[in-house]
Amino acid sequence: MKTCYFWFTLLVISLSSWPLAAEDGVFDQYRDLMGDDNPAVFVIDEGEELWFAAQGPKSVTLDSCDLGLGPGVTAGAYARFPRYFADTDEVMDLESRLVHCMTTIQGRDLETVTEKPYSLRGDLGTEMEALVTWLAAESEGAKIAPEQTHAAERAMYTLGEEIFFYRAGPHDFSCATCHEQSGMRIRLQALPDLTSHSGAAEAWGSWPAYRMSQGLVRTMGWRLRDCFRQQRWPELQMGSEVSIALQTYMAVNAAGGIMTAPGLKR
Amino acid sequence: MAGRIKIRAQKKGDVTEVKALMRHPMETGMRKDQAGDAIPAHFITEVAVFHGDQPVMQGHWGAAVSANPFLGVRFAGGEPGDTVRVAWVDNQGGTGEGQTTIR
Repeated sequence: MKTCYFWFTLLVISLSSWPLAAEDGVFDQYRDLMGDDNPAVFVIDEGEELWFAAQGPKSVTLDSCDLGLGPGVTAGAYARFPRYFADTDEVMDLESRLVHCMTTIQGRDLETVTEKPYSLRGDLGTEMEALVTWLAAESEGAKIAPEQTHAAERAMYTLGEEIFFYRAGPHDFSCATCHEQSGMRIRLQALPDLTSHSGAAEAWGSWPAYRMSQGLVRTMGWRLRDCFRQQRWPELQMGSEVSIALQTYMAVNAAGGIMTAPGLKR
Repeated sequence: MAGRIKIRAQKKGDVTEVKALMRHPMETGMRKDQAGDAIPAHFITEVAVFHGDQPVMQGHWGAAVSANPFLGVRFAGGEPGDTVRVAWVDNQGGTGEGQTTIR
């Protein structure tokens, strides 16, 4: 009887500790250990240098680029994306806005600028990744407040919501398959519930992030593209309507949360 | 862009705690790129920490150390205001160096 009681106690202990282990994980301990020593600090510096570097045929900096708060205003700008821009008559995410500034202000070739936005194996980072990382750091601590005043911005949210729940591909997957329940995980990775405010705020606010497993900072654009790959969907193009719609859906659900990026992830 | 080191040094009781974050790809030489070609080995082979001109730690590193490595070291002594320097050499002859003063 005593033995039976012992095993029962052990079972209760292991059962009760299980959800905790799944949520906290070894990685949170690692994150605590690293503290402020996120290797993304290098990428932030590189992004700042690139922003103020004269480039392209016009040999000018991006300093006159309007990220929505006026030309050259970078502080807090990322927290307001995606948003509508009257000069292009489009809702843009930060990546597509940067492409716009590189081609118009600096006069650079669109194909060259968009050829390789995200690092491949063996790379130390791309210009796009560095710029997005620095601009995200410029919004650290800011309240997530994407614009939803223009009709195009609201339409983008509706489209994003539709795509989020749209099942497709050989696995009949939607974004919601993994991201509409809370407290779930895949292997040891906690999966955020992106339909809830808290889940969306934590996820949206922590990208771009340094991925330890890749030794690189990755942007939300890359994250979405990789989700598409995992769903066996066609390759998601940077700055495409689908990408911006999904980002709008996430950012609006996250509104009111705090930007903590650049994050530190597995 | 390689070669940079972010370094902090803080006096804690009798010891000085040094934390250094280094910008380095730390390629093992065993990986292949998207085209299937081997990515050449590129990693830090020697790393050293100096208190003033005095070496307080020297180490041999290899391909098993992560990209953008983090090094934490404690040594006895050191006073606020003293200089702490971290330097490395890699297998391709590259070098990196960073210094700070003890807080």
